[in-house]
Amino acid sequence: MIIGLSHYLAVAAILFTIGVFGIFVNRKNIIVILMSIELILLAVNINFVAFSAFLHNAIGQIYAMFILTVAAAEAAVGLAILVTFFRNRGDIAVDDASVMKG
Amino acid sequence: MALQAIAFYLLAAVTIAAGFGVVSARNPVHSVLFLILAFFSAAGLFVLMGAEFLAMLLVVVYVGAVAVLFLFVVMMLDVDFAALRQGFARSMPLGAAVAGILAFEMVAVSAVVANRGAAGASEGPLAATPDAPNAEAIGRVLYTDYVYFFQAAGLVLLVAMIGAIVLTLRHKPGVKRQVIADQVARTPATGMRVVSAKPGEGIQE
Repeated sequence: MIIGLSHYLAVAAILFTIGVFGIFVNRKNIIVILMSIELILLAVNINFVAFSAFLHNAIGQIYAMFILTVAAAEAAVGLAILVTFFRNRGDIAVDDASVMKG
Repeated sequence: MALQAIAFYLLAAVTIAAGFGVVSARNPVHSVLFLILAFFSAAGLFVLMGAEFLAMLLVVVYVGAVAVLFLFVVMMLDVDFAALRQGFARSMPLGAAVAGILAFEMVAVSAVVANRGAAGASEGPLAATPDAPNAEAIGRVLYTDYVYFFQAAGLVLLVAMIGAIVLTLRHKPGVKRQVIADQVARTPATGMRVVSAKPGEGIQE
């Protein structure tokens, strides 16, 4: 049995879908939303690496590295905002976070 | 080849199961641990595809830094997580429907796309034809054609680090701090004064 490109793409698609599902069902818990975004970015990375490997072209892996960088920066800033929000509000329920609405 | 298939299906199943655990676990600490498991298995998939350098990067950056950061924040914040799961059952049908449609579409498209074009004619992943080690191949491209993007990535990380520090740094009132500018600006005129003391009397403030 040969494991082809479509197998990896299917895994990435399912992982992406799980991330979207996580954002849907955990819309109050911003920590799980951030983790779902990490899952989505991981799925994108799997896609990039799969195409890179099967096309014998290293550029896809370079892009996956940049995605990794941006994801790490996003997680750091997101968690910092979360900590600040918790300090100000004493809670992290984000469905009623509308203090910036005029 | 059979061993590769077994490894792929095992790692893929663990990745997807851990991904589902991330979004459905009751305790966010368990979610973070599932996230670590998902990243580890995804790193295994990367190794299977011949991207060893990226697999190690995934383990070091994600498991070593990002997941630990998540764990730190989850354990530091004192939040009633049961209250945050209120809408779980209510938004479950819509989420499941959207996720199901999305998964079907993406798997269908990827099954079609994978067998067309240059990727369809490929005889296998990069590891099957090792002309250069993976890290060397990445380095040759990254430090030549993509060197400016590499620098920009470093800048992104620097800005993110400064932003995180600026957001979370807090000055408590009433805590004495060292003000270096004041110390440097201090002159003999402001720092001392000459008091003439009479003999036998001392100084009275």
